[in-house]
Amino acid sequence: MCTMIAHKTPIAGSGKGPGGWFDLDQVYIGYDHPFHVPLDHALTIDFVNEGAGPGARTAVELDLASARDLAERILAAVTEAEAYEAAPNSG
Amino acid sequence: MTYQTDAYQGLTAETVSVAGHNGDPVHAYYARPTGPGPFPAVVLFHHLPGWDDWYRHATRVFAHHGFAAVSPDLYCRNGHGEPDDVAARVKAKGGVPDDQVVGDAIKFVEFLRAQQATSGKVALFGTCSGARHAFLSACRGAAVDAVVDCWGGRIVAEDDELTPNQPVAPMDYAADLPCPILGVFGNDDHNPTRDHVDTLEAALRQHGKSYEFHRYEGAGHGFFYHDRPSAYRPEAALDGWAKIWDFLERTLV
Repeated sequence: MCTMIAHKTPIAGSGKGPGGWFDLDQVYIGYDHPFHVPLDHALTIDFVNEGAGPGARTAVELDLASARDLAERILAAVTEAEAYEAAPNSG
Repeated sequence: MTYQTDAYQGLTAETVSVAGHNGDPVHAYYARPTGPGPFPAVVLFHHLPGWDDWYRHATRVFAHHGFAAVSPDLYCRNGHGEPDDVAARVKAKGGVPDDQVVGDAIKFVEFLRAQQATSGKVALFGTCSGARHAFLSACRGAAVDAVVDCWGGRIVAEDDELTPNQPVAPMDYAADLPCPILGVFGNDDHNPTRDHVDTLEAALRQHGKSYEFHRYEGAGHGFFYHDRPSAYRPEAALDGWAKIWDFLERTLV
């Protein structure tokens, strides 16, 4: 741990890894030395199932600009989705 | 140890299991030269991204240079899988506990000293968080003869960087360092920064420790890592390795 920037939260959903789809129960978000992307530090997101072994993981490593853009676009999409779901006769 | 072309050379490298902290089985990669010895020995502490291919390669490199070398998988209590998958779990838990690492270090030093072909002289080597673990373990009871600190991060740490798993900045134990230390750092590194290295150097000087620091311009974090082209700095890495062999020749052989 070189930066100490690490977050973890429960989630519900599915992820797809080398072994196919699996249930997700946690997401880890951090900023530290990446494994693959050629940066000193990267924003890392790991979608995992903690009960299913270390291989139950879908991972991304992003540069900071990409991470911020992704977060903003997720929030925008979620806002639109919530409005859609709240509208009468949605679906 | 200059190689002569007519000299016999061989090594054995394999996975072993050693009882670590609290008697937990800790698996490790153990490489040593072929022959009766006596060989000086080294424990290698892997870096934050995990017990990966670079570390098994580095373990064989130490054996090639005449050392009995063992690299414990400090993350193995968190399950097995590809190194990055296991490391992701450990990072999410805030890293491995310092007390556990120190306990493992003491057991692996004992393991090396118990081998028939070893000389009894042992060094600790690490990069990144592994260098922090090497420094910490030497200060906290792993009775070793030398430490090699390659860009160890968070050896110098502010109070707000301390955590339940890492409750004390290793530099606070500097007075207890039992042996000489070699430091290899890149001046463009963000952790440790030049200021961090200066602070550690001042603490070692204050406590009268034998230290030797080498700092490289144009190099950042992980500049030995030939498998990371963005970090690798061949000239600095070659010189850094030469400094390591020279230091270990003087302290262990």
